[in-house]
Amino acid sequence: MFENLTARLQETFRRLRGKGKLSERDVDEALREVRIALLEADVNFKVVRDFIARVRERACGQEVMASLTPGQQVIKIVNSELTELMGGRESKIQYSPKPPTVIMLVGLQGSGKTTTAAKLANLLKRQGKHPLLVASDTRRPAAIRQLQVLGEKVGVDVVATREGDDAVRVAKQGVARAAAIGRDVVIIDTAGRLHIDDELMDELARMKGEVNPSEVLLVVDAMTGQDAVNVAGTFNERLGLSGIILTKLDGDARGGAALSARAVTGRPIKFVGVGEKVESLEPFHPDRMASRILGMGDVLSLIEKAEAAYDEAKARKLAEKIRSNEFTLEDFADQLRQMRKIGPLDEILSMIPGLGRIRGLSDLKVDEGQLKRVEAIVNSMTLEERRNPAIIDGSRRKRIARGSGTRIQDVNSVLRQFEQVRDMLRQFGGAEKAARRAMRKGAFPFVK
Amino acid sequence: MGVTGGGVGRFVKRLFTKDETKDDERSRPPSDSNALAADAGQSGPEEAKGVIARLRERLARTRDGLVGRVEALLGRKVALDDEFFEELEAILLQADVGVKATARLLRGLEARAAGARPGGGANDLINHLKEEVLEMLGPREPLRKTPSGATVIMVVGVNGTGKTTTVGKLGYRFRREGSKVILGASDTFRAAAIEQLEIWGERAGADVIRHEEGGDPGAVAYDACQAAKARRADYVILDTAGRLHTRVNLMEELKKVRRVVEREIPGAPHEVLLVLDATSGQNAIAQARTFKDAVEVTGIALTKLDGTAKGGVVLAIREELGIPVKLVGIGEGLEDLRDFDPVEFAEALFAR
Repeated sequence: MFENLTARLQETFRRLRGKGKLSERDVDEALREVRIALLEADVNFKVVRDFIARVRERACGQEVMASLTPGQQVIKIVNSELTELMGGRESKIQYSPKPPTVIMLVGLQGSGKTTTAAKLANLLKRQGKHPLLVASDTRRPAAIRQLQVLGEKVGVDVVATREGDDAVRVAKQGVARAAAIGRDVVIIDTAGRLHIDDELMDELARMKGEVNPSEVLLVVDAMTGQDAVNVAGTFNERLGLSGIILTKLDGDARGGAALSARAVTGRPIKFVGVGEKVESLEPFHPDRMASRILGMGDVLSLIEKAEAAYDEAKARKLAEKIRSNEFTLEDFADQLRQMRKIGPLDEILSMIPGLGRIRGLSDLKVDEGQLKRVEAIVNSMTLEERRNPAIIDGSRRKRIARGSGTRIQDVNSVLRQFEQVRDMLRQFGGAEKAARRAMRKGAFPFVK
Repeated sequence: MGVTGGGVGRFVKRLFTKDETKDDERSRPPSDSNALAADAGQSGPEEAKGVIARLRERLARTRDGLVGRVEALLGRKVALDDEFFEELEAILLQADVGVKATARLLRGLEARAAGARPGGGANDLINHLKEEVLEMLGPREPLRKTPSGATVIMVVGVNGTGKTTTVGKLGYRFRREGSKVILGASDTFRAAAIEQLEIWGERAGADVIRHEEGGDPGAVAYDACQAAKARRADYVILDTAGRLHTRVNLMEELKKVRRVVEREIPGAPHEVLLVLDATSGQNAIAQARTFKDAVEVTGIALTKLDGTAKGGVVLAIREELGIPVKLVGIGEGLEDLRDFDPVEFAEALFAR
């Protein structure tokens, strides 16, 4: 399925040629693929629908950047919207002005609360805090023991009672204990529960009322599907979440649940779990998550590279030069340099959606060495020679070849290539001029 | 997958293009969403606040709206119009059936819709859809049992799906049927997983074969098989450590456990159950594929179906990989592990 996605995108981009403003058709074609990509990434159906509607509104009529195709332009808008919706980087714990700061971890069974509690304790400890873990999961068999083992591993004390004890009382005891022994952070591990289990949700609400936490963090499995909105929505309604921790992100799930949970609660994703080790808790990066969910990494990085390398002012100047037939060897070298900046040519070609489909290009091998040689040759020319290649005679050719460490044949071939390009551009520029002249004269009455 | 393909998927194609402009008509006034946005307490840009609030608000309505939607569809003598198909699409996608399987199901319906009677057609179509779902799910497949000796069941899956709990419940069930059961604690990795299994063993009245934490899971499997032979047990149920299917070395470890079992008891393992969390989305397909390739999964135990998740991804798994669902977990109690009933599942898929 995912393999097909890139192929379908290529198909879309192939159809969408030309520049100017994004038409409704451009936008719809690209957004259809985006919609499927988001749904396959498990972003909730309704979240996708609203998101697509919003992007559509924003994208229609937008100017297409010179360096991008309309399809790429839409994807760019999608990506920036998605990143924005993901929220800022807020991987910080809100500390209470009056220590200890209380953090409650809540969530469904198996989302990874106990492991995350230990990871978070480890992280805060390394940031110079003095955390205390509280084993309030008195329901799952051996959950207390699990936290004790992990606590020992990270060198953080664990407050625990017996299985079956009242979870709220354990939490209260833990907070009191932290205050008594001078710990500044208390992390409470709670039992996994279904969001529709009223009794157990009440228990959490009572606990919240008793321990007055600065943070109530929902632990969400990155592999969660459509149900993420129900879970996150209900937990938020009942408890007033302060943030989200996304776990098991080290797998290959695209993690659409992150967007769903974020959209439905409006709360920031603060951390992500990326492995089984106690150190594997990382800050959340909205941009990375956005492109992961979109699953168009290749296309996105191409767009980025093209944007970074493409100097629009230069581009306009070049266009002007082409029009006025002033394309010189300098411009030629400049073009080559710009291409170099984007990256190795075959890599670029492979990233350009649709290019693989153009007959003849598919097996084109670009010689990076050849490109370097051309640049060296042009660099070995004097300014005058670059501007007026006609003056390059035999002795100049010999000098250029020596200067660039190439052979005279190589110099000749570069000059020939340049002439070909220039002639091509001249024809193009000339035709455009002629057309414009003709239009002014009214030679083509059918052209407006 | 043909969503963008030729003439066949005319309306399917349209479904995946639509942006539902009519939604705007349904939006509430901005004042309402601003209040919600303020409540969200975001430090992000003003505009983002509005979107999030709007999304939240719509989602809240979605939750209510889903109730009995199909019933509403059934009762209505509607034309089989776009709206009808869009509703069906929404129901399937929100049940985690996935884009591909949903498109295929609906494409099948489209053909029918063309020849349907006007009026009562909706009824026919939804019944037909349920039939399609049932066909995809296949017939009930009970757990295998070897006629002589110990039946070995390996339980595998990613982290947090409920493997240990499933092993415990399964042990309880076999004990209640009068069988002698041995549980093998091959999850030697997760802290306190062994203790957790021992508690289940006590509850179920089953022997637990265990080593120390950090021990070799293959060695535990070996001992469990030996114990089964010596004690003439009817069942050996092996709990294994949760592992993400992308962890190659851990998948290799699992293969080794399987090889040990194969060697010690001919014909074993008789079942390799993949425990899937019903709340999981499309990644479950990748999980199933990788686990199947590694240890020849014979069935799925779909857990946590007592929540609001539908587990629709098992449709795609059954169709693409041929793995049937055999068990469902519907609660935390000892008896809350049941045989899978396709008819019930299909009904639940379209109801709330």
